[in-house]
Amino acid sequence: MTVLSAPARQDRAEDAGPLRPLKRRRPARWVVLAVLLVLVLLFVAPMLVVAINAVKTPADYASNGPLSIPERLSFQGIADFWVRVDFTRKLLNSFVTSLAVAVLAVLLSVLNAYALGIGRVKGRIWFLVFFLVANVLPQEVLAYPLYYLSKNLHLYDSLTSIVIIFTVIQSAFGTYLLSSVYAEFPTELLDAAAVDGAGKGRTLWRVVVPVSRPTLAVLFTFFFIWTWNEFFLPLIFLVSNENQTVPVALGVLQGDRLMDATTTSASALVGILPAMLFFLIFQRTLTRGITAGAIK
Amino acid sequence: MSGRGGGRNPGYGLFLIPGVLASLAVIVVPLVMTVGISFTRWTGIGTPQWTGLDNYTRLIHDANFWASFGHILLLIVAMAVIPTLVGLLLAAVLFDYVAKVFGNRWASVFRSGLYLPQVLPVAVTGIVWGWILHPSYGALNRILDSAGLGSLARNWLGDPQYALLSVMAVMVWFQLGYPVVMFMSGLQRIDPELYEAADLDGATWWQRFRRITVYLIRPEFYVVLVTTTIAALKIFGQIFVLTRGGPSNATLVPSYFAYKSFFQTAQVGYGSAISTVLTVIIIVLAFVFLRLQNRAERGGTR
Repeated sequence: MTVLSAPARQDRAEDAGPLRPLKRRRPARWVVLAVLLVLVLLFVAPMLVVAINAVKTPADYASNGPLSIPERLSFQGIADFWVRVDFTRKLLNSFVTSLAVAVLAVLLSVLNAYALGIGRVKGRIWFLVFFLVANVLPQEVLAYPLYYLSKNLHLYDSLTSIVIIFTVIQSAFGTYLLSSVYAEFPTELLDAAAVDGAGKGRTLWRVVVPVSRPTLAVLFTFFFIWTWNEFFLPLIFLVSNENQTVPVALGVLQGDRLMDATTTSASALVGILPAMLFFLIFQRTLTRGITAGAIK
Repeated sequence: MSGRGGGRNPGYGLFLIPGVLASLAVIVVPLVMTVGISFTRWTGIGTPQWTGLDNYTRLIHDANFWASFGHILLLIVAMAVIPTLVGLLLAAVLFDYVAKVFGNRWASVFRSGLYLPQVLPVAVTGIVWGWILHPSYGALNRILDSAGLGSLARNWLGDPQYALLSVMAVMVWFQLGYPVVMFMSGLQRIDPELYEAADLDGATWWQRFRRITVYLIRPEFYVVLVTTTIAALKIFGQIFVLTRGGPSNATLVPSYFAYKSFFQTAQVGYGSAISTVLTVIIIVLAFVFLRLQNRAERGGTR
């Protein structure tokens, strides 16, 4: 995963030969590498330990402990857990919600940012301050009224409520980021569209959206993964078994007396895998986005 | 094109309508309601009873409220201070040493490994560590036992003396990768000639780190510090899954305290007061940090 790692620059450093101060302390470099290796192993170890133990039998765990290689591969723990919590359903709930939120929140961000960044509507600074504040608000300050309102609107305990809420919350970030991107949008393109007689709506869909597609892809990725990982509001809103998302289903199972070591690690593994998968798929967009979004 | 007060040209306001309506419904109205409810006594059913500042005076005298903010200070150390400082050092080592001596690929591998915890759902992080730290079947105590260090085994999350420390350790693990990624990409900005010049002058690695890296990375430094501090103030998921604020409130944090007041003890007014205070603190902090960052950027070499 490369964060736009200016290769030219790197080559230059290597062509110049090892830098003098580094050469003088040769053994030091192996010490540095060893320390880093241990550190990174410590960071990855929890996931590895989870993976090893998720495919063990409880008896194997009891006699050989958490660090031994499984005597034989057993997917019983994973299968039992999968069936018990109807994990297919939870995956589907998470996927549908995250996808809907990502699409709708990008759409809403684009509309807002078009008006604020390109249109520079009156009072745009105040709108931007509002979206910035909305960005840092802790969710519990919205939680009870949202809970109360959604009950009155019969939207409580439905994926729809979660989609609506997170579309707005995520688009606060999207609006803030995209407005500063659109503020520097090349005016020649807008003028050219105007000369061709395109209205504002047409200019948005035919010029602005296609040109800013890379930024929109970053936003989409972020919204999808953030929504997938959300816990607090889904915990409050998605109370019934068939509506729960993956994190909620796993979170409320903690402390369940029926869980043993292998079932717990099996449950952790099925929670980790989709997240790792998205990480692998989106890692370039993600690392590009983390830094693009922050320094604005 | 001038961006005068009146706007570039009219008609763009229409595009703001869906966003404004949605924000009103999901953010503005609920926010105002919570602040309003914080001045009442309300169980969630029936009519709220206006009690003025009662909830706030009660908060001031509530030992749990102060404890929850004390815990947050420690979590800011674990989630913001330590990751930012250690992350800065690690990023510099990876960028300026590992990448040059061992190649870019090694630096990328290390960075990905450190960043991995950040991509997992916080609830899943909680499950992983809840299992590792479990007193009877957990991996850590089993490992200590088999290494002959059984006397070090603890009820990591169940003992009030160790619970918060354990959570802090988990949070350092969780948070460290984010500053590393941020700082490493910030370092790409630095002109390599600066480093080369320093080398020619015979500067040690540490001198270069202090004089060049730390100085030029300030914009990223502020962003990381703000975002991680705010994340620490908002922490909920890991606490819910790991300890539910226990044992005996040893890991209670404001957001969990508010959640408990809303949905377990049916003290909606009190919970609203807690979350209002938390919100005010977060917004004030965010603005203070933003000003600091602006000043640093204006005074900097960027």
